[in-house]
Amino acid sequence: MGKTVSEKILSAKSGQDAHAGDIVIAKVDVVMAQDGTGPLTVQKLEELGVEKLPNPRRTVFFIDHAAPSPRKELSNAHRILREFAKRAGAQLSEAGEGVCHQRLLESHVKPGDIVVGADSHTCTSGALGAFATGMGSTDVAIAMASGKTWFRVPETLKMEITGQLPYGVYAKDVILHIIGLIGSDGATYKALEFTGDTVRAMSMSDRFTLCNMAVEAGAKTGLVESDEVTRAFLKERERTWDFEEIKSDEDAEYERSIQINVSGLEPLVATPHMVDNIKPVSKVEGTSIDQVFIGTCTNGRIEDLRVAANILKGNRCHPKVRLLVCPASKGVYLQALDEGLIEVFIEMGGVVLNPGCGACVGVHQGILADGEVCLATQNRNFRGRMGNPEGFIYLASPATAAASAIEGKITDPREYL
Amino acid sequence: MIYQGRAHKYGRDVDTDVIIPARYLTTSDPDQLAGHCLEDLDPGFVSRVKLGDVLIAEENFGCGSSREHAPIAIKGAGVSCVIAKSFARIFYRNAINMGLPIYECPEAVNGIDAGDDVRVDTEKGEITNLTRGVVFKITPFPPFVREIIESGGLINYVRAKLKVEG
Repeated sequence: MGKTVSEKILSAKSGQDAHAGDIVIAKVDVVMAQDGTGPLTVQKLEELGVEKLPNPRRTVFFIDHAAPSPRKELSNAHRILREFAKRAGAQLSEAGEGVCHQRLLESHVKPGDIVVGADSHTCTSGALGAFATGMGSTDVAIAMASGKTWFRVPETLKMEITGQLPYGVYAKDVILHIIGLIGSDGATYKALEFTGDTVRAMSMSDRFTLCNMAVEAGAKTGLVESDEVTRAFLKERERTWDFEEIKSDEDAEYERSIQINVSGLEPLVATPHMVDNIKPVSKVEGTSIDQVFIGTCTNGRIEDLRVAANILKGNRCHPKVRLLVCPASKGVYLQALDEGLIEVFIEMGGVVLNPGCGACVGVHQGILADGEVCLATQNRNFRGRMGNPEGFIYLASPATAAASAIEGKITDPREYL
Repeated sequence: MIYQGRAHKYGRDVDTDVIIPARYLTTSDPDQLAGHCLEDLDPGFVSRVKLGDVLIAEENFGCGSSREHAPIAIKGAGVSCVIAKSFARIFYRNAINMGLPIYECPEAVNGIDAGDDVRVDTEKGEITNLTRGVVFKITPFPPFVREIIESGGLINYVRAKLKVEG
């Protein structure tokens, strides 16, 4: 019987002939925790008396959720990570280096890897043809200590995406459409394999956006088969040797195939307070907004900043809107500076934040006031997400976010393209 | 094990951001986290909840972030177990790792209202609504999961195993 991408990777790393439903113990290639979940991971490692790690070069701690620290309690949490990483020889990604998921896909993850992270959006790297999934601090501590963890091999939903994306419609709109279609628990425990002509034609940046939000449908991971686009992405980062072709078999067994034709898709938004409350922009057009946030592991890559800057150039941010822009990593930031994008954001009235998770997670930077509305390019709009349960968050593509920043209300980006 | 207490009932998609908002993730101390448990969804919960009480919810309980602080906060608040129509994947694993028993039982969710007295008998695999005198069947956990929960979580379980293996 043929295998899906997930089954192939889990078979290779467990040494078992793994199929959906099996429980396997598999070798973990990359394991990480961030400054929100990492201190608890370190505490668990200390409780177990672990000082030496089996794979310190691919064990990474990220200081990105509250970086640089806005409070002394978080400064102390950061110190726990710094000191443990030094003691155990693990890798440390300091404040300003970027969002963990962006840094993982730029420098750490390769096709065929198993990646375990104490952060739910670890599934982002699945776009490289890796099996990447989020777990809690304790599971991650055990994976760090032993180099292994147990998995239930997931059933796979095959998302066959076809058709040409219309002007002004992006990968973000596609994944919002999918989440609206199957619901916030439509893929619980499953893997989402994104395939079809549209995906093959997408950049890696767009594929990361798709996989990033797989968890918003409850999925264990999102994956894309590796191909020439993957190879080119790695080559650009001088990682040619990391490439490996990972494809599902012709006769692989899927729980379900879902066909999605995107040629008629419109720009979409997720409305408060759930990611599956999806509406076309046209239905909420004119909704007044107070803040626009462009960035995050979902849409903070150079391609996203280019789209936003193109729309913003020559315009001004609406006087009542605060625009926050946050490049997802140092590399993205430097590239954006080089291309003059940062200048565009600053000149039109925006605030550029240092790379990190900042505003999205609501720990610092850009916390909403009571009753305020934010249009953001992130992946979650839960109540309280941006630091205030009295705030309202809409999720959209960088293009919709940029056009809305100019108008001061939710706006169809096609008017600006 | 027998768990018994009053039911607190919520809807679907109770996410980890409302179970314990990120702004409180400056500690992993159960008592401190418990003081903010469900604060953004139901600010009165913390003052109403009593030791042994049971959380009841519709589908997709615990969706969102991977923060283990969510089951820690719930357990710290005194909740003995969570019964929902379904759980999000990461939360499910985290709850077991933290020694918080959770049960998927749609019938029980439909058959229990907020304020009802509930008893869960893990040996018999039964949830009883004592207020209404109705019994619901649950599938017991496999033995190793029960052992993890009864040890108080995965770390205690692994430590005990390491000790036995010496």
